[in-house]
Amino acid sequence: MAKKKVVRKVVKKVVRKKAITAQTKKTGTKKKTSSQKNAGGKRRPAMKLAARERIVTLAHEVAEMAAQVDDPFVDIPTRALSNVAFNEKSRIIEMGDNTQRRSFFNLSQAKKFMQTMLIASGCSELLDQEKTTSIRDLFYHCKHTIEGTKENTFDEQDESDTIIEDLEVALASLREELGLFAEPKGAMVGPMTIVDKGDVIDLSRMGSGGYAIPSIVEGEVIKFQKHKAKFVLLIEKGAVWRRFNEDRFWEKHKCVIVHGGGQPPRGVRRLLHRLNQELKLPVYVLVDNDPWGYYIYSVVKQGSISLAFESQRMAVPDARFVGMSSFDAEKFGLSKDVTIAVTVQDIRRANEIKNYPWFAKKRAWQREIDHMLKLGVKLELEALSSKDFSFITEIYLPRKLKAGEFLD
Amino acid sequence: MPTLSRMTKKRPAKSARGASAAKPRKKSAAPSPTAETLAEKQREISVSEFFAKNRHLLGFDNPRKAVLTTVKEAVDNALDACEEAGILPEIHVEIEQLSEVNETRYRVTIQDNGPGIVRKQIDNIFGKLLYGSKFHQMKMSRGQQGIGISAAGMYGLMTTGKPMVITSRSRKNKPAHHVELAMDTRKNKPEVTVDVETDDFPEHTGTRVSIEMEGRYTRGRTSVDEYLEQTAIANPHARITFRAPAKRNDEDENGEVTLLPAEDRQAAVARAQQESRTTKVGEVLVFPRTVDELPPEPVEIKPHPKGVELGSLMQMMKRSEHAKLGGFLRNEFCRVGPGVAKAIVEGAGLTTQTWLKTVGHDEAERLYQSIQRAKIMAPPLDCLAPIGPKQILAGLLKGVRAEFFTASMRPPAVYRGNPFQIEVGLAFGGELPNDSAARVIRFANRVPLLYQQSACALYKAVVETKWRNYGVSQGKSAGPEAPMVIMIHMASVWAPFTSESKEAIADYDEIGKEIRLALKECGRKLASYVRKRARIKRESQKRDIFTRYIGEVARALHVIDPTLDAARVRDDLKVVARHRTELADEMAAENGDMDALGALARDEHTVILDSDCEGGEFQLEPRDDELNTDQKMRKKKSKRSKQSSASDDGSLFE
Repeated sequence: MAKKKVVRKVVKKVVRKKAITAQTKKTGTKKKTSSQKNAGGKRRPAMKLAARERIVTLAHEVAEMAAQVDDPFVDIPTRALSNVAFNEKSRIIEMGDNTQRRSFFNLSQAKKFMQTMLIASGCSELLDQEKTTSIRDLFYHCKHTIEGTKENTFDEQDESDTIIEDLEVALASLREELGLFAEPKGAMVGPMTIVDKGDVIDLSRMGSGGYAIPSIVEGEVIKFQKHKAKFVLLIEKGAVWRRFNEDRFWEKHKCVIVHGGGQPPRGVRRLLHRLNQELKLPVYVLVDNDPWGYYIYSVVKQGSISLAFESQRMAVPDARFVGMSSFDAEKFGLSKDVTIAVTVQDIRRANEIKNYPWFAKKRAWQREIDHMLKLGVKLELEALSSKDFSFITEIYLPRKLKAGEFLD
Repeated sequence: MPTLSRMTKKRPAKSARGASAAKPRKKSAAPSPTAETLAEKQREISVSEFFAKNRHLLGFDNPRKAVLTTVKEAVDNALDACEEAGILPEIHVEIEQLSEVNETRYRVTIQDNGPGIVRKQIDNIFGKLLYGSKFHQMKMSRGQQGIGISAAGMYGLMTTGKPMVITSRSRKNKPAHHVELAMDTRKNKPEVTVDVETDDFPEHTGTRVSIEMEGRYTRGRTSVDEYLEQTAIANPHARITFRAPAKRNDEDENGEVTLLPAEDRQAAVARAQQESRTTKVGEVLVFPRTVDELPPEPVEIKPHPKGVELGSLMQMMKRSEHAKLGGFLRNEFCRVGPGVAKAIVEGAGLTTQTWLKTVGHDEAERLYQSIQRAKIMAPPLDCLAPIGPKQILAGLLKGVRAEFFTASMRPPAVYRGNPFQIEVGLAFGGELPNDSAARVIRFANRVPLLYQQSACALYKAVVETKWRNYGVSQGKSAGPEAPMVIMIHMASVWAPFTSESKEAIADYDEIGKEIRLALKECGRKLASYVRKRARIKRESQKRDIFTRYIGEVARALHVIDPTLDAARVRDDLKVVARHRTELADEMAAENGDMDALGALARDEHTVILDSDCEGGEFQLEPRDDELNTDQKMRKKKSKRSKQSSASDDGSLFE
C-alpha cells in the first residue's frame, strides 16, 4: 500500500507540472490572470496559480489517474481544529496537511466525487465567461437528472454548498475566485473614496444605509483612493453600526466604520485585511460580550478554522479587541437587569475558545474569559443603551479608545 | 345410602337404549326390556360397517376429499408394491367425469407396473377392510393398516352402487384377470360380480383399479394435483402420469369416456423425460423419473422392548412359542441378549427360567416396569429407508422452480421404541412467490400429508425454528416468510399419525427435536447463500452506481478542458470500474466473506442454479449488529456443535 501511494504522488506531480505548462501557454495572454497574480502575491508558490488553472489541473489529474487504471481521487484538506496550527510568528491560523481522500470508486463517495467534478466544471464555465453568480444559481446550473436514471445530480442546495466549500479548500481558492459570491452582508462608511468597478464612491456620502460591501473586493474590483481615516472600527451588528453612522461617529473620530452582520463574510474580512495591509490602518473590533463575539474577533484576527488556507489573505493579526469586556459592566455601572445568564453551550464554547492555542498564552484573555464565566452573564452592545441611546458612541467607545483599553 | 345410589346408577346405564328409561315405569305401555330382549339386539359390529358409518375417519368426509383419498391410497399401494418387487414404478392416474347431467359422478383409475396380485388374493385385498401385509410387520412402508383401498371401493359402492373394477396381471405373457368386486359391508366380505380373463392390460405385470364414486375434482391446495406433485418430489424414482378430467362439451355426449391410450401416454412421458422437469404434454401431466435407483428395501425388525405397552406385552406372552421368560425376551424382541434379559427379569423379581404360563398380571406389570428401567440399546436402524439428500434434491429440482436447493438428513433416532429418521429439503428463491409464507410440504414414509398442517409435529417444528437467525423474516408463532419451500420427511417403521386418515404426525419431543436440528442445518446453508446473494447484489449495485456517474464525470472533465476527450475518459473510467469491483470481490474472498459460498459450492447436498440477482427482490432480514456477525457466528457454531454431538450419539436409551 505504501509503495502505491508513493507512485501515485509522483504521477500526480508529473501531471500537475504538465498541466501547468499547458495552461500557462493557453491563458498566459489574458490580462485578468496577471492582475490576479499581483493581488495574491503573498501566497505560497503553489497557490499562485489562478483558480481556473487549478481546476484544469484537477481535471487532468483525474483523467490521468483513470488512464492509469487507478481510482481517481481528490484530496480535500480537513476543515477541523485538529488540522490547523497557529503560526506564532505570523500570528495567523494555518492549515495542516491532513486531507480526506475523496475517491470515485468508493461506494459512499462516488456521488460526492461526481458532484465535485460537476461543481468544478460549473465554476470553470463561469470563469471562462467571466461571470459571477450566487451559490444557489450554481446549484441550479449543475442540477439535472442523470441520463438513463431517475436520480438527480443534486437534490438539495445543501449538497452543492458543502461541495463548494470542499472545492475551495481542495483548490486553495476562495469561492469568490471561483466566480461565486455569497449574499452581500455588511456595510461601511467613512472619510474615504474608493473605486468599485470603475465607479468612484465617496464613503462619507452614503446616507443611512452605507456602502454595501460586495463579496469580491480584490484589487481589480475595488481600489482605494484618498482617505482621512486613522483607524477602522468593525462593529458586530448592523443595528449598532447604524447608531454609529447616525451619530456620525466616523466624522468625529476620523475612522471607517464597518459591520459584518454577525460573523463577517469573506468580502468584509478581505476588505479589512486590505485596509490594514495596504493603508496601514489599525483595526478595532467591537462585539458583544459573549463567546460568539470572542470568536468573531478571533476569526478577524487569526483567520477561521474552515478557511485556514486563506488566513494569509484575510486575517488581520494586528486587530485589537475594544469591547465589550466582561469587566465593562462594573466599570460603566451597568445594572444587572441588562445582563443575560450564560447557557450551558456558552460555557462549553467559552472554554473551547479559552483553550485555542492563540488565546491560551494570553493572560489578559484568560482573565477576560474567566471573568465572564465567573459572573455567569453575557452582555450585548445594546445593553449600553440602558444608560443613554448614544452612550456607546459618546462615552463608552471614546473613553476606551482614549484609555487604550484593548485586548490583543 | 352409598349402596343405593350405586344401584340406581347401574340400572339405567344397562338399559340406556330404552327411550323410557328415565320415565316412571308404571306409565309406560310397552313391556319393559329385559336382559334377554336386549341381548337380541346385541351383536358384533363389523369393521366395514363401522367405517361405512364413520367414513370421515378414513378421509372420505366429502366428495372432493374422497377423490383425493382414493388416488392417495391406490398410489401408495402401487409404490409399495413396485418397490417391494424391485420394479421402478410407472404409475398412471386418471380421473374422468362420467356424466354431464350428474356433475358429481367420477371414475378414478390408477394403474401401476407392479408385480400384480394373484387371482385368489384380489378379493380379500380389495374387498375386505383391515386385510393386508403391512399391519403386522415392524417395517417401513407407506400403507399401514390395510384399510385404504378397500375403503375407497366401499365408498364407491355406497355412493354409486357400482362395484370396483380390478385388472391385474401377475405373470408376464399370461392373461390378466378382470374382476369386478362389490362388498358386503355387514360381513366385511368381498362379493365378486364379474371374473374374466383379459389381454387388455398394457404393462407386463401390474394392477389397475377403477372406482366409480360421487366426487368432485378441483385444483389448488389439497388437490390430487398437489398430492401427485409432492409424491413425485418424495419419490424421484417414480414416474407418474396424470390425466385430469377434461372439460366436456355437448358434442362429446355420445363419445364414450375412455382411458388414455397407452401410446399417447408413452409419447408424453418421452417428452417430459427429456426435460427432466414436471411437464404438461397435451392432456397429460408427467412427473418424470429423475433417479434411476430404487430406494433400499427396508428390513423388518422385531419390536423394541421399550416400545411395547403392558397390554401388548401380555398378548405377546400369550402368543409366544417360547415356554420360558428368558427365551421369550431374547427371541421376541430386538436388542435383548442374555445379559439384558437377565437384568430385566431380575428387576421384576423373576428368573429367566420362569414359565411364561405362570406370569400373571402383577408379574407382567413388574416386568413392564423393569423394562422401562433397564438399559437397552436403541433399536437397529437399517429398517429405515430414507429418501436421501441427493434424491430429495432431485425431487425438488424436478418440481420446484427455485434457485437454491439444499437438503440434510439426520441420523436415525428413536421415539417410543420406534426407529425414525428425519430428512429436510429446502428450496429458495427463483420463481417462488415472494410475498407469502414459505410452503411446508410434509411427508411420512414418502407419503405427502396434505391436511391438518397446523396440528402436525412436522409443521410445528418449522414454526419453532428461529428463522430470523438465517436471514429470513418470521412472524410471531408462524412459519418463515420467504420465497421458500420446506420439505420434511419422516421415515419410520410406525409413523405416529394423529388419526386413521393419516393427515398429521403426533407431537413427540424426540421427533420435534430431530426436525429442528435438520431445519437448522438447512437454515445455515440458506443463510450463507442469502448473504452471498445480497453481497452480489450490492456489488452489482456498486458497479451500477459507478457506471451511472461515469458519464457525468467524463462530461464535466470535458467542460473544464475541451482537450480532454469525454469518450476516452469514459472508457478509461469503465476499465477502472471493472478492475476495482473485481479487486473488491477478491478482497472479500480473502477476508473469508466468501468462504461460506465456497463451502456451499463444494457441499454435495446443495445445488445453486444460476439466477440473475437483479430479479430477486428478497431482502435480507437486518441483523442487530452487522459488525459483530462474525463473532456471533463463531459463538453459535461452538454451541451448535455441542448440541448436535449430544443428539448424535444415540444415548436416548441409557
